[in-house]
Amino acid sequence: MLPQVLKKSDLGAWIEALAKSRRVAAPILKETSPADPKDLKFAWDYITESADVRLDYTVTVLGPKKFIWPSRQTVLAYSLAGDPSPKPVVEHEPQVLFGVHPCDATAIATLDAAFAKDVPDPHYLARRADTAIVCLDCSQPCDETSFCLDMGSLYPETGWDIMLTPEDDRFFVEIKTDLGQELVRSAKVRAATKQDMQARQAFTERKRAAFHAKLPFEVKYLPEVLDASYDSLVWEAIARRCFSCGSCNTVCPTCYCWDIGDDVAMDLTKGCRVRRFDSCQLDTFAEVAGGENFRKERSSRLRHRMFRKGKYILEQTGRTGCVGCGRCDRACIAGISIRETFVQIAGSR
Amino acid sequence: MTQVDVNVAKGAAAPSPYVPRMAQVLAAEQMTETERFFRLRMEGEPLRYEPGQFVEVTVFGVGEAPISICSSPTQGDEFELTIRHVGAVTGALRAYKAGDRLGIRGPFGNRFDYEAMKGQDVLFVAGGLGLAPTRSLIRYVLDKRKEFGKVTILVGAREPKWLLFRDELDAWVKRSDAETRVTVDRCDKDWKGCVGVITRLFTQIQIDPSRTWAVIVGPPIMFKFTVLEALAAGVPEHRIVCSLERNMKCGVGKCGHCQIRNVYVCRDGPVFTYDQVKRLREGI
Repeated sequence: MLPQVLKKSDLGAWIEALAKSRRVAAPILKETSPADPKDLKFAWDYITESADVRLDYTVTVLGPKKFIWPSRQTVLAYSLAGDPSPKPVVEHEPQVLFGVHPCDATAIATLDAAFAKDVPDPHYLARRADTAIVCLDCSQPCDETSFCLDMGSLYPETGWDIMLTPEDDRFFVEIKTDLGQELVRSAKVRAATKQDMQARQAFTERKRAAFHAKLPFEVKYLPEVLDASYDSLVWEAIARRCFSCGSCNTVCPTCYCWDIGDDVAMDLTKGCRVRRFDSCQLDTFAEVAGGENFRKERSSRLRHRMFRKGKYILEQTGRTGCVGCGRCDRACIAGISIRETFVQIAGSR
Repeated sequence: MTQVDVNVAKGAAAPSPYVPRMAQVLAAEQMTETERFFRLRMEGEPLRYEPGQFVEVTVFGVGEAPISICSSPTQGDEFELTIRHVGAVTGALRAYKAGDRLGIRGPFGNRFDYEAMKGQDVLFVAGGLGLAPTRSLIRYVLDKRKEFGKVTILVGAREPKWLLFRDELDAWVKRSDAETRVTVDRCDKDWKGCVGVITRLFTQIQIDPSRTWAVIVGPPIMFKFTVLEALAAGVPEHRIVCSLERNMKCGVGKCGHCQIRNVYVCRDGPVFTYDQVKRLREGI
């Protein structure tokens, strides 16, 4: 479908229309720093008013991943009174994630591949299939920490249904999927003119100039750079600062490892199996029941995360395991940076 | 690099891989202080499995744990598990007896490559609970005895009271078509057999390295020293086979707990050759 144009003044009406058939999640303003009124904190949440949507947001602590990969998810229900007859619990409802940045759309495409490969996971995929993604293109980096250009997540090919590009008083509206086409029907759009298309091209060029490479090598070399560093003391050196708190995993838009456990109802008549976010940085993650721990050293766990992000997930899914959003760097209380680590290991070769 | 075919709509309609099927406990017996033996049968379709695979066992209301299958498919539609009491699920299983029901998912993982071993000699080295997964292949080989060359079985335990499948060990010792030796690390005067770590048994056996497969399963420390003995005897790395123990929570290569570098043990293993694990580093 050819691109369309939507006036910014018609955006609210479109969101209200979408909200009639789907839950709408979008970035909202969470709080303003009392010390610095310009320091705005945004967060992803379900919205009740279209006016709350803040498309001028910068990177959030948690990405929109939480709407398709919630921190707690029931996957199984069974009876404890008589026949257990275990049944799968696959929960989903129509929703739209409105204003997803390209990095997060790229991350969602990685999650899609991880859950679709080999044995498909319908608990994730059903939620995902019921989720529309309206992407919002970026004109500049969120901050100094992000390195999305390096990680190739600035121009996502998949992971979105509609792409909005802001331009003066309007949005350039690209439609990627049938679902996207369906959603655009409720928007007051007009076909893009030659001038609109030229403006979009100009945006792309400005965008290209605004982002700068942060890594000293092309990302295609990252798996080999990591491989060469495997035995380096650099992991022990960086891990000296690590508390193994797992904040990096919690905020990562591509992390999907989980723990699973059973919950029993108060009256003991039924139970369910719930999976929850887990972290490969926690000391018991690779421990087996007998007590043997295969990643006992903090440095081996730190290295494992960096390798998953830069190599393993890529090799498993063909999609990047790190989108360069910088969330783990910002969340790390010890100041460990995945970007600086990638730079450092390149230097130690 | 794997190119993944991402079909979200198709996967959304796929059956959940996390739903256990019900199984009946046909027999249960305390084998040692901590190990309990179970013979089970699935309700409905029997479990179709291969030697070396594992299942996820559900105790409803408690949770799930990965357990090696210790029987061979040659034994029929039933299957057997030897479960060590180490956690909540395995602890709850101590109370399970014939007639009780459990949830079972699987089987998961690859298998011992018995096809490749056919016509060749097989040396089994099993330490402690490592005898459970090894037994699945021992039983297979003994049930199809004519298809294999010389069979040697070495079994070790810390003390006589920790030996598993004692009746079966006695029966194997008596067989003329297999050589079985059992040792314990330490013992009292009632024990009449060999004493000493399992590697010492290598001095008592003859190995033809040109046609021997060494199947070695046991705790990491035993694995290391036994692989050394097998290599010293001339067995090539690609014919030394092991089964790795990991925290396999999902069984389908997703949850991340069993991952060693870029290998998901639940999906790519648990059976590996030494040639494969030596490069994993976090493997042993």
